[in-house]
Amino acid sequence: MSTDAATSRTPPEHPVTSPLTIDDMTVAYDRKPVLWNVDYDAPVGKLVAIVGPNGAGKSTLIRAVLDLVPRVSGVVQFFGQPYRQQRNRVAYVPQRGSVDWDFPVSALDVVAMGLYRQIGWCRPVTKKFKELAMQALDRLGMAAFARRQISQLSGGQQQRVFLARALVQEADLYLMDEPFTGVDAATERAIVDLLRELQTQGKTALVVHHDLQTVTEYFDDVLLLNLHLIAAGPTEDVFTVENLRKTYGGKLALLDQVGQRIAVPETR
Amino acid sequence: MSSTGIRLLMALFIVIGTFRMTSAQEKNKIPPTRTTLSRPDFSLPEWDQLVRVVLLRDYNTRVVLVGTVLLGVCSGVIGTFLLLRGRAMAGDVISHSALPGLAIAFLVGEAIDPGAGRVTSTLLIGAVISSLIGMGCANLVRRFTKLKEETVLAIVLSLFFGFGAMLLSIVQQIPSAQLAGLQNYIFGKAASMVYDDVVLIGVSAGIVVLLALLFFKELVILCFDEDFAETQGWPTKRLDLLLMGLVVCVTVIGLQSAGLLLVVALMMTPSAAARFWTDRIGWLTLTSAILGGASCYLGVLLSALFPRMATGAVIVLMGSLFFFVSLLLGLRRGLFWKWWHAIQLRQRVERADLLRACYEAAESLSISQENSGQPRELIDVVITVPQLLAYRNWSERRWNRLLTKAVGHELIVSLPDGGYRLTQGAIAESRRIVRNHRLWEMYLIHYADVAPSHVDRGADWIEHVLAPDVVDELTRLLNEPRDVVNVPESPHPLQPEMTGGGREER
Repeated sequence: MSTDAATSRTPPEHPVTSPLTIDDMTVAYDRKPVLWNVDYDAPVGKLVAIVGPNGAGKSTLIRAVLDLVPRVSGVVQFFGQPYRQQRNRVAYVPQRGSVDWDFPVSALDVVAMGLYRQIGWCRPVTKKFKELAMQALDRLGMAAFARRQISQLSGGQQQRVFLARALVQEADLYLMDEPFTGVDAATERAIVDLLRELQTQGKTALVVHHDLQTVTEYFDDVLLLNLHLIAAGPTEDVFTVENLRKTYGGKLALLDQVGQRIAVPETR
Repeated sequence: MSSTGIRLLMALFIVIGTFRMTSAQEKNKIPPTRTTLSRPDFSLPEWDQLVRVVLLRDYNTRVVLVGTVLLGVCSGVIGTFLLLRGRAMAGDVISHSALPGLAIAFLVGEAIDPGAGRVTSTLLIGAVISSLIGMGCANLVRRFTKLKEETVLAIVLSLFFGFGAMLLSIVQQIPSAQLAGLQNYIFGKAASMVYDDVVLIGVSAGIVVLLALLFFKELVILCFDEDFAETQGWPTKRLDLLLMGLVVCVTVIGLQSAGLLLVVALMMTPSAAARFWTDRIGWLTLTSAILGGASCYLGVLLSALFPRMATGAVIVLMGSLFFFVSLLLGLRRGLFWKWWHAIQLRQRVERADLLRACYEAAESLSISQENSGQPRELIDVVITVPQLLAYRNWSERRWNRLLTKAVGHELIVSLPDGGYRLTQGAIAESRRIVRNHRLWEMYLIHYADVAPSHVDRGADWIEHVLAPDVVDELTRLLNEPRDVVNVPESPHPLQPEMTGGGREER
């Protein structure tokens, strides 16, 4: 593990490859496909919004590229290599609701979890790593809450803890699942500032986003998704009324039907 | 936590059942009559027996004590992770699946060499194997069907336990089975422990605790956020297997003293109790270990004094006792403290509300009296209950009660004619309260576009939580003097309660 960490810290010599390349990916739960033939190349150093209605497969897209959900078909590469070889350059921010916030750990403990790989097997979290975690919390304005048990934080503060945990990983690509959902204005501001800061450092972020109002304001690029990829590219080209209608105008009736039929073949 | 509660209740029922069963078993040796069954004799121990047990003069008690306390400590440690991972039910499957293994190991042992089936280690090896098979079955069924985890676990549990019980009833007909004491593994009988067993338990418990501490960080991340751990490249499946393996170990070494019905309670009760005392996982593990050890210690002593009580049951009862004490008094989440803080907050709020009402009443009186040409200091203004009623939507009875209390706290002075005057100290305190309240109201009006008629209610609560630094920030924003003596004028007409802004009792 430690050798892994050492190699990944050196910047790539070869010409910049896309942080995330998805080639013809199809994902299914049990037998019902929820994402069809997604082809996507993430641009370097851009903030990308993943937009689509509920059940469009936005979270599934992120979880599938991270091998958390098995893929039926397709190849996913991070910086030109499979995920397993590039873990250190990718940071994942899960949905806030995915963990038990009653868990007996402090905000600092959670952030330190982002460093566990660097710390390595069986070694305790030393002072050096605690300080790194503290710095990350500080960058999100959460230093004062470091010692708090995580259930005593507001929703926005919990989200910031998750972001700090991703931040300590010093990754080059950030995959965030609905970080703006249910947060206060201050947290929203803090997240946007953080994203901008990451961007100036040449990093890329793919963010599942619900609020169509702010897409153009916050993001350079957009990926419209509804069971399959509707459109992807710079916001000003792609985020059009036409495309949004395609994305939100009901789930594509045919895809849905076929999906049902694959799932329940005996009904015809 | 609710499933933990249900588990504890279940454990209690089993304990009660155990008492009845064991007393019945003891009585079976003599012809059962109505009187002996309905009145099992629990005679109090003699004085010198008490001394002997408490001072650990018996070699046997010492051996049993060491063994079970080690077991208690290590089950407390593992129980913490089982609790945090929400896998108590999986623990139940593991322990119940041990039964067929015990019976088969006995049969195989006896078949190979009469007498070998009675050796503890043979039986325990059988238990380990069948526990693992039980867990494996549950995993397989779960992977290949869409059934819910709980359902699968319950089915596997019943299947293995039923099969084990059937085997046991066959085995019981073999004369030497009585000697092996197989039925003791169901309810636990620590007294049957010998020196070799304690060595076995001690070594296993040591290894289990060591492994848990070694992989502490990894187990924590597994329990907290499995998906994240997975993306980080931790082998979550193997870590999960490690945890379940540790649970199997604890279960098997706990079979002798706690019995397979209650060994999971031995893991869950201390950790659930410890959760009421701390919010730190490190402390939680330590507290849980101590509580586990302590309940075993007390349980063994008690059952040495009352030999008719099954040790496992007494141990679990002690654990439950700790649990209920923690539930009530636990410093972090105990019900008593919750209630206490609520009362405290209520009293603080009540006091502040009372002072503000008195202050505002006095203030407007002093202004009106000033206009009529008699300048009056706040401290000289006399206020009466009917006047106060307009400032706070409290019933007259409540006002009288609170005013009497405030007189006791020397906030106000009761005058002979039924009026009240604020004391010097109360004026200082109420100045601060009223000031905070009004600063907040002004802030809401200026910065949050709240209509003046609506701000009072919003500000009502906030004044109790405004920290000094927030107040400083407010004064800066509103360009108000930072001097505490300076109370800004109310941004809305006073006596809001008259105009329907009522919000009686919380």
